[in-house]
Amino acid sequence: MANELAGYVITGLGTGCGFALVGSGLVAIYRVTRVVNFAQGTFAVIGAMCASSLLSVLPHGIAEPLAVLAVALVGLLVGFVAIGRPGTTPQAALIVTLGLAIFAYAVVVLVWGDQPRSFAGVPGAVTVLDGRVQSHYLLVIGVTVPVFAGMALFFGHTDLGRALTACASNPYAARVIGIDVRRMGLLAFAIGGALGALAGVLLTPVQQITFDSDVTLIVNGFAAAVLGGLTRPAVTLAGGLLLGVTQALVAGYGNAAHQTEIALGLMLAVMIGRAARRPAALEEPT
Amino acid sequence: MIRTSGPLVEVAELTVRYGAATALDRVSLTVGVGELVALVGPNGAGKSTLVDTLSGILVPASGSVTVRGRLAHVPEGRQVFGDLSVEDNLRLGGWRIGERDTAAVYAVLPALTELRRRRAGLLSGGEQQMVAVGRALMSRPDVLVIDELSLGLAPLVVADLVRHLRELNAWRGVAVLLIEQNARLALDLCSRAYVLEAGRIVAEGTSAELAASSLVSDAYLGGVVVDGE
Ligand SMILES: Nc1ncnc2c1ncn2[C@@H]1O[C@H](COP(=O)(O)OP(=O)(O)OP(=O)(O)O)[C@@H](O)[C@H]1O
Ligand SMILES: [Mg+2]
Repeated sequence: MANELAGYVITGLGTGCGFALVGSGLVAIYRVTRVVNFAQGTFAVIGAMCASSLLSVLPHGIAEPLAVLAVALVGLLVGFVAIGRPGTTPQAALIVTLGLAIFAYAVVVLVWGDQPRSFAGVPGAVTVLDGRVQSHYLLVIGVTVPVFAGMALFFGHTDLGRALTACASNPYAARVIGIDVRRMGLLAFAIGGALGALAGVLLTPVQQITFDSDVTLIVNGFAAAVLGGLTRPAVTLAGGLLLGVTQALVAGYGNAAHQTEIALGLMLAVMIGRAARRPAALEEPT
Repeated sequence: MIRTSGPLVEVAELTVRYGAATALDRVSLTVGVGELVALVGPNGAGKSTLVDTLSGILVPASGSVTVRGRLAHVPEGRQVFGDLSVEDNLRLGGWRIGERDTAAVYAVLPALTELRRRRAGLLSGGEQQMVAVGRALMSRPDVLVIDELSLGLAPLVVADLVRHLRELNAWRGVAVLLIEQNARLALDLCSRAYVLEAGRIVAEGTSAELAASSLVSDAYLGGVVVDGE
């Protein structure tokens, strides 16, 4: 029993990292533009599909980063369509991203087909506390943690990061001091694209990806991000991990069919608990 | 400080529209190097429109805006970055020129020093106005354009801000274009002034001239009691 537990927890942490990365992409875009990007799960799917194609001609370690870069460009494109026109409200942009996410189904099916895709990750399994875990999960965790640390440093402690945050905090004032708000928004979409793709590329070797895998990813990523008010990367990471581990435990010991519902129910309980403790007006992003 | 042939700020025949509505109608105005200039006028006259055009947020329909040097804008309603600390607000002020050193601003506005770690959105109105001025100073401006210095602030706080402006002008030669509802304060601080009404300049001259003219004293200095109509 004990050895199973360690395995489930690490598997869950790995999956949770994927949710957290999707969530962090949502956060990166929302922090700067106040747009909830419904195409965030799509970035993960396209990233995974691109990587699977690139891997037929390129070695591991090159194909995956290239796929992430390619989807950063896709993110930029989505940004152009969603917020490119001056005066677009965040609400209108949200609908545009939803439309693009649906449009992307057609593109993905056309290019990569409707069959599940996967590719090899880190081979083998390791023993952690008597439990056997696929080694690839350790890579997922080992990449995600520094990415989040980097994000926190970037947004909190660099000029560019502060300028990005300023755009959402007060777009008018940002323009007053000479920040190009639209350019910053596009940059945020590119960052969001890269983070989404990273999730897809990291998760695919352990969980097959199909054209509509974005739904699971965005639902879980959104839940993780909402926990942090859509603005806090650190809380998003915690939320993603909590979701991942809960789902792994429910699937392992109970009923795999209901793992998502149970995990999201738990999330809801956490959020209600937090809201009860703290008046909403004081919940401001940092 | 820069040496130029013409005035620091030169607005010529400027017309600005919001859709079909004309907010500024052939407005001309100058601010010389190191000069203190006031712009007064009633609500809706187009003062903020002029300021937003000066800092490039609005685009003229016709006419021209020439700024020979660096212009910094303290926007109406303070507009601090509420989620960010005072220190981060100041640093962002230096974004355009890549300036990070906030020490000079704390030297000019020492009251900000102990607030540096506080979240700007939770400060009082006067403190926020101080942050907005400090943020503008971070871009090492030749001219400071202030949209409503005194709005909603207690007289003592206003007096303190005015003192800072005088010091900046005297010590560093920073020119100021001051938009003010309180015409007495504006004419007191500045040597020259313009009166803007319904998008047009209706009077201009030295502060002394304008204070003496019946147009200004009646409408803005409480010269007569408003009739009962
Ligand atoms: N974004 C906008 N769209 C349409 N009309 C606008 C807009 N902003 C201002 N106006 C109009 O332009 C005119 C000038 O407004 P402006 O804000 O420049 O006046 P102001 O002199 O700064 O007034 P106040 O003293 O109240 O700040 C007003 O009639 C106003 O209704
Ligand atoms: Mg105004």
